[in-house]
Amino acid sequence: MFRRLNKGPERLLTIFVDGAPTSARPGDSVAAAMLASGRIGCRTTAVSGAVRGPFCLMGVCFECLVTIEGVASLQACMIPVREGMRIETKCGNRTFGT
Amino acid sequence: MSDLRNEFEFAVVGGGLVGAAIAWGLAGRGRHVAILDEGDIAYRASRGNFALVWVQGKGGGMSRYAVWTRQSVDLWPKFAEALRTESGLDVCFQQPGGLHLLLSEREIENRANALKRLHNEAGRAPFEYCILDRATTQRMLPQIGPEVAGASFCPLDGHVNVLRLLRGLHVSLQRRGGTYLSDRAVQTIEPSGSEFRLHTAHGQIAAAKVVLAAGLDNARLAPMVGLDAPVRPQRGQIIVTEKVAPFLPYVIQTVRQTDEGSVMIGDSVEEVGFDTSVDGKILAAMANRALKMFPLLGKLNVLRCWASLRVMPKDGYPIYDQSETFPGAYVATCHSGVTLTPGHALLLPAWIDHDNLPDESLTDFSARRFHVSTAQ
Amino acid sequence: MIIAAGELHDEYDVAVIGAGPAGLAASAFCARAGLKCVLFDDQTGPGGQIYRSITSSPLSRHCVLGKDYWRGETIVRDALASDAHYVAGASVWGLLSSNAVAVSVSGITRQIRAARIIIATGAMERPFPIQGWTLPGVMTCGAAQILLKSSALVPEGPTVLAGCGPLLWLLAWQYLNVGVRIDAILDTTAQRNWHRLFRHAVAFATSSYMTEGLRLMYQVRRAVRVVTGIVELGAEGGERVESVLWRTRRGRFERLPCNTLLLHQGVVPNVNLAMSARVEHRWSDTQLCWVPNVDDFGSTTAPAIAVAGDGAGIAGAGAAVACGQIAAIAAIRALTNKASHKDEERNARRMLHRYQRGRTFLDLLYQPAPHFRLPRGETIVCRCEDVTARQVIETTLLGCPGPNQIKAFLRCGMGPCQGRFCGLTITELMAETRGSSCAEVGYFHLRPPAKPIALSEFAGLRSDEAAMKAVVRE
Repeated sequence: MFRRLNKGPERLLTIFVDGAPTSARPGDSVAAAMLASGRIGCRTTAVSGAVRGPFCLMGVCFECLVTIEGVASLQACMIPVREGMRIETKCGNRTFGT
Repeated sequence: MSDLRNEFEFAVVGGGLVGAAIAWGLAGRGRHVAILDEGDIAYRASRGNFALVWVQGKGGGMSRYAVWTRQSVDLWPKFAEALRTESGLDVCFQQPGGLHLLLSEREIENRANALKRLHNEAGRAPFEYCILDRATTQRMLPQIGPEVAGASFCPLDGHVNVLRLLRGLHVSLQRRGGTYLSDRAVQTIEPSGSEFRLHTAHGQIAAAKVVLAAGLDNARLAPMVGLDAPVRPQRGQIIVTEKVAPFLPYVIQTVRQTDEGSVMIGDSVEEVGFDTSVDGKILAAMANRALKMFPLLGKLNVLRCWASLRVMPKDGYPIYDQSETFPGAYVATCHSGVTLTPGHALLLPAWIDHDNLPDESLTDFSARRFHVSTAQ
Repeated sequence: MIIAAGELHDEYDVAVIGAGPAGLAASAFCARAGLKCVLFDDQTGPGGQIYRSITSSPLSRHCVLGKDYWRGETIVRDALASDAHYVAGASVWGLLSSNAVAVSVSGITRQIRAARIIIATGAMERPFPIQGWTLPGVMTCGAAQILLKSSALVPEGPTVLAGCGPLLWLLAWQYLNVGVRIDAILDTTAQRNWHRLFRHAVAFATSSYMTEGLRLMYQVRRAVRVVTGIVELGAEGGERVESVLWRTRRGRFERLPCNTLLLHQGVVPNVNLAMSARVEHRWSDTQLCWVPNVDDFGSTTAPAIAVAGDGAGIAGAGAAVACGQIAAIAAIRALTNKASHKDEERNARRMLHRYQRGRTFLDLLYQPAPHFRLPRGETIVCRCEDVTARQVIETTLLGCPGPNQIKAFLRCGMGPCQGRFCGLTITELMAETRGSSCAEVGYFHLRPPAKPIALSEFAGLRSDEAAMKAVVRE
């Protein structure tokens, strides 16, 4: 679990993770916002079905792949949050539906 | 892993699909066989190919090749099952039929003419095929793009997991008592009395018989034992995407979904010698054409690209031959090593082991065909 | 100067890849010398990982992250104030023929040409393959520090740090500065390393690392339970990490509940881009990783391509600045055909020398112990394809000669991380199993794309009639 050090009166914005409204701080990556909201896992692997979550936060491990605004297999740690952004966590192999 | 005596009944030079299949077959006949292979960095077409078991369009100019291809393809189910039983690895052989997608009326016309010509030449139909119009193609493959004009279809075409195939052959070869020696690139072969001495950077190996299955290196090795293997490299580049849930029920000649889910996009034909670098212009052209076939692929992430070298015999057909000057020396080399694997694993070893052919017309594949034509 | 992708020119004198200390210094230097320079970086802001989020960090109190971090402000400011074009969120995924740089920004790939290319892609964390390292809640110390710098996020609940190396102690110190409770630090530094270090001790004692490093460690050790001599380590849990367990040299087993386990055993060069550009690499026996073959100016075996900073061998931020400047000087001289900037070169080399002092001591002290680099059994080696150590060892015993063959047999290295988190382990594990050296075993043959990229972006690359002909089959 992670918590924010600055609990000041800063402006928060809202993103939607699997439909659930989640607050984020401007400047957060999608991965950071998900971790701050208590979502430690973000996908299951296609090989074993195990849950995986962000690991390196710098764009090299590709564990934090999610679907953002309909685009699948994006690195949550590399993309900054925007107001109203829609994020879907991933289950196994991607499909052409998403 | 290593045989202390370094003496074998058979030394197979090359641990790719051709060499591994022949060695596997020989070991299955109880022969004491060793594969002498290169190290990790090698051209190794067995690691860089499109994994098709492909029939349509093959055999133009040599009907015997069409028959041999067909023979091998028909053996695929039996061979795949044998390999699965012995190695525990499923190579996922599937034969759903293959389409060659065509992007204009002109391409359809050219394809139809080429296939017709081939059938006329062959005398008898080596394979069933049909030319599909756009509507039929779309019924089979609803995701095709608007530029797809039609396709040629052959129900015999299929594919395998080629990496598991190579691994399965290696696992099973060793269970059959065969020996695999890596880092043993053969420098020279010295016929010496009743045996052959193969010199490598890591010592010498002796064998009563030698089978050259060294792909492109056969061109260099064959003359050492009185054989001829005129093969040249022909580059093909391939794009591999991330995995996606199954969406392709058929095999497409240049767009293939593997059993694990990756989509492979191929494959260029380039005469550039031994250059294995990838070329952005070619990759772009391949990506463009694949997107015209299946626009939905555009969103998929590409994970890898590679360039590999086909082992292309002078006239495109396999070369299987035995040495007249040095009895006991054989060469086997071809381009379609995946399609022909069952033939190499189940039929060729008997020929090599018995010093005669399972089917006499395999003599058509002797390199003597090149000498005849140059003499004329 | 910050520019948008749409403002990119078609041609530059110099393209620099990576906006960490080396890349920032190189691009600023080139621009000051009047060269037309572009700086690409895949993060949203400049600074690299060491100065991550330095222009946007919510932690403005300098005492939290420490003065070494804030030193980056000047370096970033100089580069942004220069005429070099800086493009953020730009993933360079291929250095193609004739110095074409393929760069993806917001899902669109552009190709620009540069006469010289300086790769400054820095470092990444060394793989730390232990049982359970794939569980959510297990992250690298670097990842935790990024969350701290960029979002002021810190772990809540039982937290354990494990491993070795300066970054682990720095993170612990930064956490203490903001009142984060650390339940334990599990120090995996191999005890035998201390004994090998005497001859490097003098250089270290007089280096900048010495005073700073010891001060940090002293403060952390006073506040946190530190367990040394760890020889076995693993994480357990179902859908996330629930506990960490370890065994010490003395044979003591212990299990501690935790919901955040932060691993670190040093950093290694991020070599994917350079390798895919056919830059020759060699195995470093001191740093236990691949490093490009570079000369005194960072020039590589690939024409017109240099590597500067940690990507050319780990030496830290200060040395990276110096190397960035030196690579820039080489580029300037090559393009102007003049032996200019002699004074600047001398100064940069002096600076480099200062930062290199004591480095060997650190490299050797924090050389991760073999049992944390050579996993066994069901421990996952390749995270992307779930390939275990047992599979790698068994397949190597088939006679598999190296990483490329084992990649074909097991799919390790075929996933989206492109071998970044399994490559070193595969090389070392195969070398151990075959009884040969890492240099002999070698590495994956990497080619573009150096990062996964959408197929539609490939289709957008320049092509021509001949290429189209080579792919049409009739």
